[in-house]
Amino acid sequence: MKIKQLSIFLENRKGRMRKALDVLEKGQVSIRALSLADTSDFGILRLIVPEPEGTKKLLEDHDFIVKTGKVVAVRMEDEPGSLGKILGILDENDINLSYLYAFVAKEDMAIVLLHPENIEEGIGALERGGADLISAQEIYEL
Amino acid sequence: MIWNEEAECMDQKKREELQLKRLQTVVKRAYENVPHYKNRLDQVGVKPDDIKTLKDIEKLPFTSKEDLRESYPFGMFAVPPREIVEIHTSSGTTGKPVVSGYTRKDLDTWSEVMARGLTMFGADPDDIIQNTHGYGLFTGGFGVHYGAQKVGCTVIPISTGQTKRQIEIMEDFNSSIVIVTPSYGLYLAEVAVEEGLDTEKLKLKAIGFGAEMWTEGMRRELQNRFHAPAYNIYGLTEIMGPGIALECQEQDGLHVMEDHFYPEIIDPETLENVEEGETGELVLTNLTREGMPIIRFRTKDLTALRRGKCSCGRSLIKMDRITGRTDDMLKVRGVAVFPSQVEKALLKIDGIEPHYQIIVTRPQHLDEMEVRVETSPELFSDEVKELVGAKKRIENYIHDEIGLRVKVTLVEPKTIPRSEGKAVRVFDKRKFDN
Ligand SMILES: [Zn+2]
Repeated sequence: MKIKQLSIFLENRKGRMRKALDVLEKGQVSIRALSLADTSDFGILRLIVPEPEGTKKLLEDHDFIVKTGKVVAVRMEDEPGSLGKILGILDENDINLSYLYAFVAKEDMAIVLLHPENIEEGIGALERGGADLISAQEIYEL
Repeated sequence: MIWNEEAECMDQKKREELQLKRLQTVVKRAYENVPHYKNRLDQVGVKPDDIKTLKDIEKLPFTSKEDLRESYPFGMFAVPPREIVEIHTSSGTTGKPVVSGYTRKDLDTWSEVMARGLTMFGADPDDIIQNTHGYGLFTGGFGVHYGAQKVGCTVIPISTGQTKRQIEIMEDFNSSIVIVTPSYGLYLAEVAVEEGLDTEKLKLKAIGFGAEMWTEGMRRELQNRFHAPAYNIYGLTEIMGPGIALECQEQDGLHVMEDHFYPEIIDPETLENVEEGETGELVLTNLTREGMPIIRFRTKDLTALRRGKCSCGRSLIKMDRITGRTDDMLKVRGVAVFPSQVEKALLKIDGIEPHYQIIVTRPQHLDEMEVRVETSPELFSDEVKELVGAKKRIENYIHDEIGLRVKVTLVEPKTIPRSEGKAVRVFDKRKFDN
């Protein structure tokens, strides 16, 4: 139920995100999901890709700093209130969330990627709360 | 082995007596024979007879590189030209070079101090020294040559260049000691590997390196690539050449040949002498030189002096590796800041490469200092909170070192330009802001 995520350090300078995306495009990496955490000083680009290890190496070969981490993916109905329900489950179980990002996968279906501070506890709570957790394979095949 | 046990292991009290006697003589000779020194001393109202203790040296004016340039070519000579038997010059990349003149006795002194140093590296008459320092107006080649001859080594005066030939000779002549600049040494090792030479088979006894800024990292590289210990040689043309201070087998500081060169450390801002062990600008005085005695020469090199018995048995004072130049000094909000201090702070943090840039601006009447540091995999975290924490930690380390708050910016790896030798690390943009 854990999905590998790549986090890439970007310095706060024009064109850096573009450079990273160019590398991925040249390597024919298809990005399943993407989010950018931005501060005034630097950014962290987070990616879900079908071949995380190969993609990490590709980026590192181009002098990017990349870390592999894990997130949880939950399927939601693409309708108001569905994200609230998932956050509610985590809240009731006292699970802190570092960050999340969501995307619409196809019609009527959205996926939220969650990074709980403790991923095991997060998964446990979500499963008990009836959330629809999906596997890495399912995301890659979207 | 110690080359000159009497001089190198002398009791400190006895040495100070010797230094004082020599200082009094040299100041008198300079005053009487070099118009520049007569003028300078008269200006500050000091007579040679006022030197009654070693501390009285602080009454004497400094000599700068500019002073030496102004006396180009022979203005600083204290003897008639016929007594000068050899001349060298500094490179003179900026303006006129500095000329250095030597009498026969000066060459003996030069040979003596270099012989002491080479003996520290373990040299003896059985050694074959391959001297890749340039022979010519540069002091490096001849200084090493004279010392090696004095010890009785076999000298290969090959000079710099002809790198493939160097490697062939190293192999065929069984060179046991190689003298290099750190950058040439690393290049030599690289070419040796390309040529298929197994450097381990060379059985080198030692590498002597000098004439350039260096880091412990460069030393390690030299040692790894040549499978031999590498020792630093310090010197400068204005005072004599290589041989002013050299490392013993401890590899922890350079013994200054203080019976010939009197070292002081000053605060480059206040020009006051600092406490022993504090870092500042090295100032050197020739105690025995005949041809061109230089008094209180400001080397612009930053180091510290440490007195104490060394395990090698020598009592000669030690100076630290040169960590920077006063030319690099910045004044930020009235505080003197050296890039080497920033480097020192960065080296304390795991996972940081010592590649950095300092940018000073003055957005609104107040100086701001930014330090750009390359991020590394160890430092990078997926969480903003932690990355901000890492940045703050670096800022605190730098604050502890320089006493100023700076802004640290994390940049991507390899985005700070590398340059051979002296990297441009400081960008002072203040003057353009007005
Ligand atoms: Zn020693």
